[in-house]
Amino acid sequence: MRIVIAKPGLDGHDRGAKVIARALRDGGHEVIYTGLRKRPDEIVRIVSDEDADALGLSTLSGAHDSLIPAICDGLREAGLNSIIVFAGGIIPERDRAILFQSGVRAVFGPGTLSASIFDFLATIAERQREGEPVGVGEGTGWHWE
Amino acid sequence: MALGVTEIGNLLDSARSGNRRSLARLLTAIESGQDPGSQLRAGWTLGVTGPPGVGKSTLIGRMIEHWTSKGESVAVLAVDPTSPMTGGAILADRLRMGSTDSTDSVFVRSLATRNHPGGLMPCLGKMTRALSACGWSRVIIETVGSGQSEIRVVAFADRVLLIDGPDRGDIIQAEKAGILELADVIAINKADLPNAQTAADAVREAMGAGKPQSIKVHLVSAIEGAGVSELISDLDSCEPRSSRNTLRIRERLIASWDSTLLSHPEIESYLGKIGDGSITVDEAIRDIVYSLVEGGGEP
Repeated sequence: MRIVIAKPGLDGHDRGAKVIARALRDGGHEVIYTGLRKRPDEIVRIVSDEDADALGLSTLSGAHDSLIPAICDGLREAGLNSIIVFAGGIIPERDRAILFQSGVRAVFGPGTLSASIFDFLATIAERQREGEPVGVGEGTGWHWE
Repeated sequence: MALGVTEIGNLLDSARSGNRRSLARLLTAIESGQDPGSQLRAGWTLGVTGPPGVGKSTLIGRMIEHWTSKGESVAVLAVDPTSPMTGGAILADRLRMGSTDSTDSVFVRSLATRNHPGGLMPCLGKMTRALSACGWSRVIIETVGSGQSEIRVVAFADRVLLIDGPDRGDIIQAEKAGILELADVIAINKADLPNAQTAADAVREAMGAGKPQSIKVHLVSAIEGAGVSELISDLDSCEPRSSRNTLRIRERLIASWDSTLLSHPEIESYLGKIGDGSITVDEAIRDIVYSLVEGGGEP
């Protein structure tokens, strides 16, 4: 898979994003890391230009509830409906429902093992084979627990 | 997912009319080995290489600012190695190219080497020509210059910029690897650090500066911008020289030959036979070449 790992908004902490990037690389994926402080429109453009399959968003700033839905909207407006979006960082339990509704398929918090992320990606691949929705513009309802 | 000939043609048409999304999908199709047809065009191409950490991406970011401020459009193919152990890769060149993510006149695509046999990325030539056909006036291929396969990557560009930093001496080492013969222009980056001048002097000396055919060595600072406009004007005026062009074509040919040889369906069997002494290397080469001709040229 080609996976973009992005840091949206004003958040200077990217240790988590880098650890995830490395774990995904070791899992055999091509990972494009955007660097810090990207606007939603910049992230959409990177996903499009790089023709990525998935987008991982890392945020620890508390702005996830506005930034992540804006990115998901941007992806759909750009016609990137098949992109798989997942998120990580400091995202309180009570905010997760909003993110799932906007098209995010998984939220990984602190302490997540990289094996869980691989399980998630394996499940995604399985669902894709069976033609079940996984992309950001393919209808919500399912998310990784 | 393989696309039909018509679909590729439609993608190319759409990309040429300025649709970035189509261009992105076209590049994926080319990367996966599909042929975009004959509508491609050769344009201005630059290969940028040098050891890790000398500031290649940062300096390219500066060059992008310069060219886009003059109304030009710049496309970058940033090549990073694929791990031979896992097949994965981290592609992070674009993050050092400054404010490239929000400008319509810049297109950056990250590519993993994907362990192609013989170090060849057969898609590169087609990708650069597709970008030129779509109107990108400057097309740059960036790669870490640390081995033979990286030399081959820059050989797909018509001019080559080699970048080094202070306190390294890698360029002088690179002479042994054969990169130096391919370089049209050399830049010593990080002029803002001590010893950069000394490094530039050492490289000039090693290059035999002063001779009529000598390569220009620029001292630049990608962070502060010093020397960058002189470097760019030198790149602009640099016409690919026929002697170096022959060397570049030679690299492309060797890469293509290695790729053909190593993807031969019976390569393992030939290796076994040479190993147990039942045929010699010369006989194996003769048989392989013969089988290629028999097979209509396609391995």
